[in-house]
Amino acid sequence: MGKKPKIIWLQSITCNANAHSFLNHPNLFSILSHFSLQYHPVLETSYGLKDLSELKVPCDILIIEGAIREEGWKKNDIEVAQMIRHYATRASYIITVGTCATFGGIFKQKDPKKISGFCFDNDKKTFRYDLYKEKLISLPGCPIHPEWLSYLLLMIQSKKKIPLDGMHRPRELYGYTVHNGCTRNEYFEWKVDTPGFGHKEGCLFYEQGCQAPYTHGSCNKILWNDVSSKTRIGTPCFGCTEPNFPKQNFFQTETNMGIPAQMPLGVPKRAYLMLAGVAKSFKIKRFSQTLLEYDE
Amino acid sequence: MRKEKKLLKKETIMQAALELFAINGFHRTTIPDIATKIGMSVGNLYNYFSSKDILAQEIIKYTSEVLGEKIKEVNQLDIGAKEKIHKIVTIYFETAKEQPEMIEYFLRVYLSNREVFADGCEGMVCVSGFITEIMIFFDDGVSKGELRNQDFFSAFGLFMGYLGGMVFLKGEGVLPKDISEYIDDIARNIYYALKV
Repeated sequence: MGKKPKIIWLQSITCNANAHSFLNHPNLFSILSHFSLQYHPVLETSYGLKDLSELKVPCDILIIEGAIREEGWKKNDIEVAQMIRHYATRASYIITVGTCATFGGIFKQKDPKKISGFCFDNDKKTFRYDLYKEKLISLPGCPIHPEWLSYLLLMIQSKKKIPLDGMHRPRELYGYTVHNGCTRNEYFEWKVDTPGFGHKEGCLFYEQGCQAPYTHGSCNKILWNDVSSKTRIGTPCFGCTEPNFPKQNFFQTETNMGIPAQMPLGVPKRAYLMLAGVAKSFKIKRFSQTLLEYDE
Repeated sequence: MRKEKKLLKKETIMQAALELFAINGFHRTTIPDIATKIGMSVGNLYNYFSSKDILAQEIIKYTSEVLGEKIKEVNQLDIGAKEKIHKIVTIYFETAKEQPEMIEYFLRVYLSNREVFADGCEGMVCVSGFITEIMIFFDDGVSKGELRNQDFFSAFGLFMGYLGGMVFLKGEGVLPKDISEYIDDIARNIYYALKV
């Protein structure tokens, strides 16, 4: 890599949400000033799609957005998969941005047998994994938070070590669950449901489908638009960073006789039920009233 | 070693109290009665349990743990829901036969003297050892497609209310047959009521 690492932002089957999300970064141009943006689908860059498809653009960091199909998805008369292969071989880093590029995501649903993520197909490795694992970094999310990508790019630019988990996600970003930092944690602890969507009070895990306790991500640590998150405003986490995204029934918790079918990450069911049963046995006045009406 | 000895002593006191409470009722049993039964001084017994209420609460926790452990063993077996129900019914009825004081205590002391348990045994606090295992059993049965998904308490009431009712009838001396003879029928009834 030269002084300014050269970035190519290459789109496959995508809705552009990650590209657009990144544009929301309050310091976008300051961050990009540390890099040479060779090609980007939305921003003005040194090279255009024609150059890209002729496979002649230099690249240090390849950012892939969108799900992958080996055949049948062309741009400028060339298979996108072929373009990706060319630049992936030459790049020093490959970043899959978004859940589609990482695991298949929403676009995989169109043709689950032929469409997948770049190196993962849900949670299984694709044939590309062994080819690119040394330089692969996964940034799942639907879409990614702009600061997840800026963190990663600046870590690369400053040549710092980026600890990754088994799915190549940066641990600093995905070592947490979305549950961490949720303002409803007290209601989770005492097993108090929310009466519906958009309320300030109550937990969304028991009935409203919230997947935050078992979803890797830092949405409640690095807030969206610097102010909020889904769960903070009273909407369930949809688990959009997970390999099995999208599940169905986003607004309803799957239960077995009233018991949540999926447990908080790493928590044995027996331990959870034991604590939940005890916590539920107490009626705490503060949690049974609204924040606006409770008085000590 | 000293800790172990103390634990054993506590268990001896609880067992004696359990029997007296189950036979004579909670209010008619006194701490001196319990002390006399095991040949211990009243003062010394208070070293182990500071009040009769606390002793009563410890007993329900203890019995719930003992029953819960037995059901846990069933939950860990690689068998279907039908067989598990049969085993749980057997455990419950065999316990009612061999240690009648344990179930009697639950039915006639714990459920009938709620004021004793109001502070310290709220809701599921003292019976969570047992209820957690029933939850695990239900959850496992539903996730394997064997049991119908429904409200927890609808299923729990049917299962435990049925078993409790039968043991109550046994205690009243109105069952014409030995309670073990009802195991097959009752296990089948519960299975048919809960299955998909």
